[in-house]
Parts: sequence; C-alpha cells; structure tokens
Amino acid sequence: MYTDKVMDHFENPRNVGELEGADGVGTVGNAKCGDIMKMYIKVADDKITDIKFKTFGCGAAIATSSIATELVKGKSVKEAQELTNKAVAEALGGLPPAKMHCSNLAADALKKAIDNYLGLETKNECEDHHHHEHNDFDHGCSI
Amino acid sequence: MTKVYMDNGATTPVDPKVIEAMQPYFSEVYGNPSSFHSFGREGRNAITEARDKVVELIGADYTKELIFTSGGTEADNYAIKGVASALEAKGKHIITSAVEHHAVLHTCKYLEKRRGFEVTYLPVDEDGLVNPEDVKDAIREDTILITIMMANNEVGTIQPIAQIGEIAKEAGVTFHTDAVQAVGTIPVDVNELNVDLLSLSGHKFNGPKGVGALYIRKGTRINKFMHGGAQERNRRATTENVPAIVGLGKAAEIAMEGLEQKQEKLVSLRDKLISGIEERIDHIKLNGHREKRLPGNVNVSIKYIEGESILMKLDLAGIAASSGSACTSGSLDPSHVLLSMGLTHEVAHGSLRLTLGKYNTKAEVDRVLEVLPKVVADLRSMSPIYNG
Repeated sequence: MYTDKVMDHFENPRNVGELEGADGVGTVGNAKCGDIMKMYIKVADDKITDIKFKTFGCGAAIATSSIATELVKGKSVKEAQELTNKAVAEALGGLPPAKMHCSNLAADALKKAIDNYLGLETKNECEDHHHHEHNDFDHGCSI
Repeated sequence: MTKVYMDNGATTPVDPKVIEAMQPYFSEVYGNPSSFHSFGREGRNAITEARDKVVELIGADYTKELIFTSGGTEADNYAIKGVASALEAKGKHIITSAVEHHAVLHTCKYLEKRRGFEVTYLPVDEDGLVNPEDVKDAIREDTILITIMMANNEVGTIQPIAQIGEIAKEAGVTFHTDAVQAVGTIPVDVNELNVDLLSLSGHKFNGPKGVGALYIRKGTRINKFMHGGAQERNRRATTENVPAIVGLGKAAEIAMEGLEQKQEKLVSLRDKLISGIEERIDHIKLNGHREKRLPGNVNVSIKYIEGESILMKLDLAGIAASSGSACTSGSLDPSHVLLSMGLTHEVAHGSLRLTLGKYNTKAEVDRVLEVLPKVVADLRSMSPIYNG
C-alpha cells in the first residue's frame, strides 16, 4: 500500500524532535482527527537553517513530515513557503488516495511555522481541512 | 525473521487435519449431492456427517436445525432479513446493540432505510456489555427480533446471552446471536443460551474460509434467503460446497475434542500478554471486560500514539496484529465499538488488538512483549502530545 520511499521515511524518519529556541513553530491537526504535526524552524539570513518535527499519526503522516523537513532544509523562506502538500506526496512517490487529504499536512504545518516566524497569526486548520474534501472514495485516517 | 501471527480474530490457519479431511472431496468424491447416483450419494453422506458434528458442537437437538452458509456474514444476513420478511406483518421493530459486527449493523441499517423497519441500538457500558434490563425495556408490541452478539470481535467482551435469551423467550420475541467469535473457542449450547438463531463461521476456528452455518431452532419463522434449488431442506439454494462443509465438520469435531485444553492455553497466553503489556508500558488502557472476555483477545489503547503506525512497526518486526484506528477501519472514524464504550477519538485511534489462536506459543508472546515496548517508545518519542 505504501511506496518504498514512504516506508523508508517511516522507518528512518529524518529530523525528528524539537528545536530549542526555534524561530517559528507551527501545529496542524488535532488528536480527534488522528493526526497532529508540529514543525519547528530556525531561520538565519532568510534561510531555513534547521528544522525538526514531531508527529502523532499514521505511517503517511510520519513519512510526509519527515520528507517535508528534508525538502526545505537549507532553502530560502520563500522557497519553503511554496512547498505544497501535493509536492510532498509526489516526493514520496505518491500516497494511497485515502491518505492524500488526511495525513498529508506537512506543508501546512511548515507554512504555519513560517507564519509564526513572520509574526502572522493563523488558526488551527484541522477542521476546515478535514471536512471539505471527503466522500465515500476519499476517506482516511484523520477525518 | 521469525513471524508471529496474532490476528486470529481476523482469521485462523486451517488445521492440517481439516485439509486432510477435505482433500478427497475435490477430485475423488466430486458428485453433486443433489444427484441420484452413487457419486451424489457420497457427497450427501459427507454433508450429513459434517452436519452432525456441527450440530453436536453447538448442542442443537435436531440436524435439520442447521443450514450451511457461505460464512458468518451470510448467516447474519439470512437470520435478520429472513425473520424480518417472515414477520413484518406482525411488527417492524428490531433490537440490537451498538457494538455488533457490521454484518449485523449494516443489515439492520438496510432494513431501517429501505424496508421501513425501526431499529433500537442498545448502548453498552464501558466494558462493552449490554445490560439485559435494557433489552427488556426496549421490547415493544411490534418487536419481532432481538439480535445481540455472543462475543465481540474487537474487544472480546462476552455478552450475557443466556439472560437476554430468557427475556426474549418470556416476551415471545425471536432471538438471534452472532456467535462467530465464540463457536469453537468457548462452550456454546443453543439450549442453555435460549437462542432461536445462531451464526457461526468456519475460518474463525481453524476451518476453511467461505463456509459457516445458521442454526434455526425448530418452529422459528424465517423466510428463505437464497431462491433456487431445493438444497438444505429447501432453505438455501445452491450446490453445496462439499469440501468446505466437510472441512467445517472436521474443524467442529477437533474444536469439540480440544475445547477445554484450547481455552486453558489461550487464557494463560492472553493473561501473560495483558499483564506483560501492563508492566512494560505506561499510559495504556485495557479495552473490554477483564474477565468476561474471549480467551484469545487482547485489546489495549496505547495513549499518545496512533494505531496504524503501531501496526506498521509491528509488521516490520514480523508481528501481525490489528487496530481500531480510523486508518485501519477504512472509515472516517475509529472503531464504532470503542466509541460506543465511551472512548474518546484519540484513545480509540491508538487501539491495538492482538488475538491469539491455538498455534500461538509462549515464546511468541515473549517476542511481542520484547518488541511492543520499543515500538511504543519509538512512536512516543515522535509524538507532539507525549510529555515523557
């Protein structure tokens, strides 16, 4: 059901943990949904110099968090802002359809961390995120 | 890597003695049991012998009370839809519980939505038990069927079926129990249980898949489910699946002989597993009743982590288990059973079910007790809601 790349990131997640003195922190999801992602970033000279995550959720949730940190580490803030959930899923060689909308929130968590760094207020988007897309063919672990 | 199978609640391996018994019924004894000639007769005899064994296993009085089906799901559908259509002129109210298997729940929902029935879904307590008093209070003039499972497939809780049966009998309401998880694992006697209808399935007790049976007490009003030929006393048309029926018969015979021994073994492994998990892992909750519980069922919620991740980590270590998390239930919500027992979504998402079978060993329990704490520690170290 999962690609080798997903399994690799699930088994050996990159950049797990918290960052002390993080410049930005962002959380999406809630435990009721079944997925919570928390991203920590450090920024210097407009670059993401360090990034870590903590995730409660299924295999896809952990793998997307892990690869998202890899994709933006060392990139500029602007580049990081452009990362989409779709791009994260593609970088993993795809996700099962049921997982596309529920466990694929890493880019959203990153955006919130960046907003936090930039001093912008955002609300937890779990509810919105999880209710507009689902139908009988498109449900998964966190809706 | 040594693999450990602890998902016997999903299905069990077929006993080699069962396979041996089935073997001749593919190419040697292949006659259609409905045929007049000797080939057909041999098939008929094999079915008769198998039926006797299953009837004996569940303590039924007459062999004609047992109809072979394609499995537990068909037996449940047959019982509920069959009684509903036979008695709908008398009333259109059915009583069931919130924690039934989907084979029962979805059948009831269908009757409710498409056939104008009213269904009462009785609540359960925190251990998953139905209160027989609630059944009594729910009975109305127009109640035609009560269907309550004998043992829960997810949390293993064993319901007070004999008591509910007594209530149903007094009220004159037909009573069905889905005993798919119970038959072949704990003693089941249709007379002691006061049931009119009982569903069972072969592959849950080391028999083949694709075969089960519905016990129908003599005198029970029920319409046929499959129309066609006159097989199964004109109640279930279709050429009998002779090898599978023979396999079910053999599995019943083996289960009957070894029931006490199997129970003892499973209880000892189960309790070792439960106490081992409770000693090694904190912030957990045992789901289901501690004593009124299937001998092979362990179901725990492991807080701060999610079920599918646990299953994936266990699978990577060669251990097969299941979970009631939404991810693995294939629906939007975690297990309806766990939610009905009052668990919050987050605790239900972190549920893990390990179900033991007769081939599991102490060494396998030890292996799980060695691997699981590491899996939990690993996932908790990643969890943003876990604070050491």
